[in-house]
Amino acid sequence: MYRYNDFERDFLAERNRQFRSQVERRIDGALTEEEFKPLRLMNGLYLQLHAYMLRVAIPYGTLNGAQMRQLAHVAERWDKGYGHFTTRQNIQYNWPRLRDVPDMLDALAEVGLHAIQTSGNTIRNVTADHFAGAAADEVADPRPVAELIRQWSTDHPEFQFMPRKFKIAITGAPNDRAVTAAHDIGLRIVERDGQIGYTVLVGGGLGRTPMIGKVLADFIPVEDLLPYLEATVAVWNAIGRRDNKFKARIKILVHEFGLDNLREEVEQEFALRRPIYAGGGDMALLDEIAGHFAPTALEVAPTGAYDAAHANDPVFRAWADTNLAPHRAEGYAIVTISLKKQGDTPGDATADQMRVMADLAERYAHDELRISHEQNVILPHVHKRHLPAIHAGLKAAGLATANIGLISDIIACPGMDYCALATARSIPVAQDIATRFEELKLEHDVGPLKIKISGCINACGHHHVGHIGILGLDRAGVENYQITLGGDGTEDAAIGTRTGPGFAYDEIVNAVETILKTYLALREDPSETFLQTYRRLGIAPFKAALYPEAKTRAA
Amino acid sequence: MPREFTPKVVTANHLLDGDVVYLTADERWSRRHEEAELLTDEAHATIRLLDAQRQVDTVVGAYLADARPGPRGPEPTHFREVFRTRGPSNYAHGKQVEL
Repeated sequence: MYRYNDFERDFLAERNRQFRSQVERRIDGALTEEEFKPLRLMNGLYLQLHAYMLRVAIPYGTLNGAQMRQLAHVAERWDKGYGHFTTRQNIQYNWPRLRDVPDMLDALAEVGLHAIQTSGNTIRNVTADHFAGAAADEVADPRPVAELIRQWSTDHPEFQFMPRKFKIAITGAPNDRAVTAAHDIGLRIVERDGQIGYTVLVGGGLGRTPMIGKVLADFIPVEDLLPYLEATVAVWNAIGRRDNKFKARIKILVHEFGLDNLREEVEQEFALRRPIYAGGGDMALLDEIAGHFAPTALEVAPTGAYDAAHANDPVFRAWADTNLAPHRAEGYAIVTISLKKQGDTPGDATADQMRVMADLAERYAHDELRISHEQNVILPHVHKRHLPAIHAGLKAAGLATANIGLISDIIACPGMDYCALATARSIPVAQDIATRFEELKLEHDVGPLKIKISGCINACGHHHVGHIGILGLDRAGVENYQITLGGDGTEDAAIGTRTGPGFAYDEIVNAVETILKTYLALREDPSETFLQTYRRLGIAPFKAALYPEAKTRAA
Repeated sequence: MPREFTPKVVTANHLLDGDVVYLTADERWSRRHEEAELLTDEAHATIRLLDAQRQVDTVVGAYLADARPGPRGPEPTHFREVFRTRGPSNYAHGKQVEL
């Protein structure tokens, strides 16, 4: 875990002091909203549909028990007793009062958390594989470099007023759990001839113009990473479009200017910037940061308690078989805590639940937690002998839902229940789908499935890369939901294909049921997943099932 | 041909808590939609919006939202404005429990 040094503590305190003064000046009328808005956005404060919303970064999704407990405290003291974990590894508080926000930020700073650059046209919270440092398939832990990028990008004077926001994601494993291909820059740690380096993807993104990232550089050695990143962002900052916000992201530059042309410009800029880094200060810093992330000393102990519970307790077994992932160390597992109990709001946790997770992390899991972009919480290092106790603790807090990777493990943005940009609701659609399939008892039969729901074209709910994606729109004053099929957010990233006309609010759950009953009827055997069946058969049988009237017309 | 003017209310968010507010005929900001002034004349609506936008120390983001007359006062017509009168659908928070 990274710990702030004195410089960072002072920087954050000063930044919070500045914002407190800005809030005071806004309230006493010295600042207009026009003047205040860019200042509050730089500090993660939005004005949403019913209230302000404070977005707090959880850098690369990593936090410890004390930080999680402080998130609970902030939720209880200044909000309505819960927080919403997002697809950007942030937490959002939906009901802060303007006057309280400086106190909230001070409380967060006590545990080294902040809301800087969680909005605005800056480099946003750097996201990473939520299994980082623990996954069995990892080449290297991406968090030290993610922290280096956080420090480099925070208040970077050149990158505070860019054409648009800029998102960087990083994975250290070949199995991409960080959706790197859907970010402005995606970094994939690779090993070549014994050397660690980075494959740099550029121009990925969802939103109104979904694009899969393209390889800008095959292999950038670690000592060149920051100058290369800086060169890439600088080129886009200089020549990216500012005339139209919908065409301002780097993906549009890649599309209009061409990948090869961009690469050439970046190479030229890189040649100019590389000497600035020749002193190796960034590498010394990376070494120091890496020390903070030194592998946890893991215990060697028998796993008998786990084996016994797995053999004898069917509820525990169902949870363990669904929510555990392989750890790099013998005897250990990665636990995913589901924030997707059927009928609940995806990604929400109450203050009490946060405290339970903090306690369990401190007691049994080397004091580490992660937030995943899939809106769940991870205990990355758990010795299997502790799993029965952890399961019991989670169960008592309503956190033991055994549904990771299944139909009710839905990503949903806040949608029109909270968001000022939304065109339709997402949360109740997610709740209804989860509840329906729970009633039908089909969840485990359907198997691995990723449903992702966005309440507007900006795609915070990643619908383009959902196996089933749902996009809520406003069609002539009525909520309407478009479906896409076959999206994929992994290393085989793909944008889903639209099935056809959208469905009304009261039809969308039935439409999903139709799709999945079609899948169940057509799969070769229960081991063929929805995505595999879709790839084998294409969209036609699903379209035919969804729009029987079109088939009749064509006949 | 310009579109025919449909009735509106002036709405905004309160500066301090962000709650949805509506401009009343007697120059207050009400938390209740039905207390809003229903604006049926386009020129008057434009003036009322300008009035609202000048109140920068009280409200944020004033705009005109479609509305229609109802038995208890103006009612929203678009679902977004309906949600703004009551709060989110996943929890009993906001106006649906606070008014």
